[in-house]
Amino acid sequence: MQRIATTPGLFPLPDDAKETLSDLKGHQKHDLVSGDEAPEIESVYDDVREDLVAVQQDAGLDRVVEGQARWDDMLAHPLTVHENVETGGIVRYYDNNNFYRDPIVHGDLTFSGDLAADLEAAAEYTDDLQAVVPGPYSLADLATDDHYGDDEEFLAAIAEFLAGEVEAFPAVESVFVLEPSLVTNPPSDGEDARASEAIDTVASATDADVVAHTYWGALEEKVHAHLLDADVDAVGYDFVSNHEDNVYNIAEYGTKDSVALGVVDGQNTLVESPETINERVDWFRDAVPDPVEFDAAYVTANTGLFYLPVNRFEEKLQALAAATDDRADGETEEVTA
Amino acid sequence: MSNRDQFRPEDHPNDHFLLTTVVGSYPKPKWLDRAKDRYEDDESDFGDDEWQEATDDAARLITKEHERAGLDVVVDGEMRRNEMVEFFADRIDGYEFNGPVKVWGHNYFDKPSVVDDVEYDESWLVDEYEFTADVADRPVKVPITGPYTLASWSFNEAYDDDESLTYDLADLVNEEIEKLVDAGARYIQIDEPALATTPDDHAIVGEALERIAADIPHDVRIGLHVCYGDYSRIYPELLDYPVDELDLELANDDYEQLDVFTEHTFTKDLALGVVDAHVADVESVEQIEANIRKGLEVVPPEQLTVSPDCGVKLLPRDVAYGKMENLVEAARNVEADLDAGDLDVPAAAPAND
Repeated sequence: MQRIATTPGLFPLPDDAKETLSDLKGHQKHDLVSGDEAPEIESVYDDVREDLVAVQQDAGLDRVVEGQARWDDMLAHPLTVHENVETGGIVRYYDNNNFYRDPIVHGDLTFSGDLAADLEAAAEYTDDLQAVVPGPYSLADLATDDHYGDDEEFLAAIAEFLAGEVEAFPAVESVFVLEPSLVTNPPSDGEDARASEAIDTVASATDADVVAHTYWGALEEKVHAHLLDADVDAVGYDFVSNHEDNVYNIAEYGTKDSVALGVVDGQNTLVESPETINERVDWFRDAVPDPVEFDAAYVTANTGLFYLPVNRFEEKLQALAAATDDRADGETEEVTA
Repeated sequence: MSNRDQFRPEDHPNDHFLLTTVVGSYPKPKWLDRAKDRYEDDESDFGDDEWQEATDDAARLITKEHERAGLDVVVDGEMRRNEMVEFFADRIDGYEFNGPVKVWGHNYFDKPSVVDDVEYDESWLVDEYEFTADVADRPVKVPITGPYTLASWSFNEAYDDDESLTYDLADLVNEEIEKLVDAGARYIQIDEPALATTPDDHAIVGEALERIAADIPHDVRIGLHVCYGDYSRIYPELLDYPVDELDLELANDDYEQLDVFTEHTFTKDLALGVVDAHVADVESVEQIEANIRKGLEVVPPEQLTVSPDCGVKLLPRDVAYGKMENLVEAARNVEADLDAGDLDVPAAAPAND
């Protein structure tokens, strides 16, 4: 089992950029990223992107993300910068002390290219690029529909929109599709199959390896079973918040040939040592039934990392990289191409 | 018996009385920010004494600004506090700081980490209260961050779970409130915005409030401020809490959630948010009057307090002042309408029959 050190992105801004951008943009809800920033703001983001890539390279991560510094609205970002989306009041972001602007979709979700542009810029600095996108179910869950008029149609439209965005990506090694809402606000009967189809639509838009990553608990059994129908290369599980139920789901229903293991807490400053990270991965290997042999395990933080102060964020990246490095040096495990 | 009448000014112009107040924070004067930069600059000769004088000046200024706006109960705008968790964590043993983290947009706070058992060290707010009460001609409210929020909005490295951390912190908050009451405070507002983030924990907040309210005399008014959440997940459970008043943000989404509170009789006093704390336009008096009338759909006038949605520290200062001034004018207009019998009160108290 190849161990790939990576993260689900959504990084904290470097502290000096927090200040610079705050001064340039302002503090109110109409001051956040709109998609057509002034050149001096864009240039700060360009510098931040380069810094965030370098931090990952210095740490030695196997997959490098763009960092999503422009995602003021976290996973809702692809909609809040869309021309046919208005931003409403600030609303709570899941059960966290974070807020984002409510994206109110009032027209067709046409192609935007916002995500691809950021990835193009990041691709200049790395060959190990991993894209990060919100999953269609989560993005629909975070948004308000004022146009499509029907939940089913709205989810399908969001999936088509995301697929269009992913199709425009430069060459990437992998795509993390983040689907926390599948856990926090599970789809009902029928909706669970459609959520899986929606992820399938997004996954089909790329030749890169696709990881449907879930967090903040474990999926309901039926939702998990449906998710396995999607044509993704790996499903991601949050072993920080709920390792028992996640292992149960895998033992009971199986999983894909590869797996993403959220074994580092993206929301706590307590830094896991490389030994702890490896213990958690080993625990997972021992806990799932014997015959399962995985191609690859993405060893990752469970959530995005913007929750952390910069010092601990960087230490966590280093710990993830060191954990997988130790493995490569110390063991003679099969490494698949 | 309500403990609200003690806050009615002697020269109040109307028979009806809608208590006007604020949630707490207020924009800091620019000169205070500059003074802070100098205070934090090691090269500068601006030391502790100078900083004390600067914060005293700011606290006096903003307390008077609140009085000038006509508010019935005032605060000092939290001029001495940097942030609602940081300020307290800085004074509690067991916390450490690692740097700023995002709340939303470009608003950050130095989210602290609990790395050891929390313990009461120095007093948190008694000096602040005594100073404000001394300069104020109106009654003073003391906002204090609640234990659940102090626990939830910290990184917990030391306790098995946030619940046990919350209860340890509740004991410290209780100790501080007892000191405030001894110093003369009669209106305490416990800020628990974190409750809205994890509504399933309302029982933990309830238990923490029981610990806090134990032994606090009944003439001390205790409010609870909650904001930016799905209230249907914590109401009517909120009504079981040992507090006099529930202070809620509702203007931000234009009272979309008002229905939640009309379904069960609202048995506490309602402190209704009537101006948005995150929009830099001053609502008109007419608009605020309409918002206040929304509150009368939930409670009768004798249970209604009028305040902004939340702390207004992120607004430009002239906008914040404009909102306070219009809020008071609107409240007085609605009182006059009530006096004149021109207003239908949907939530009127049941008749004595």
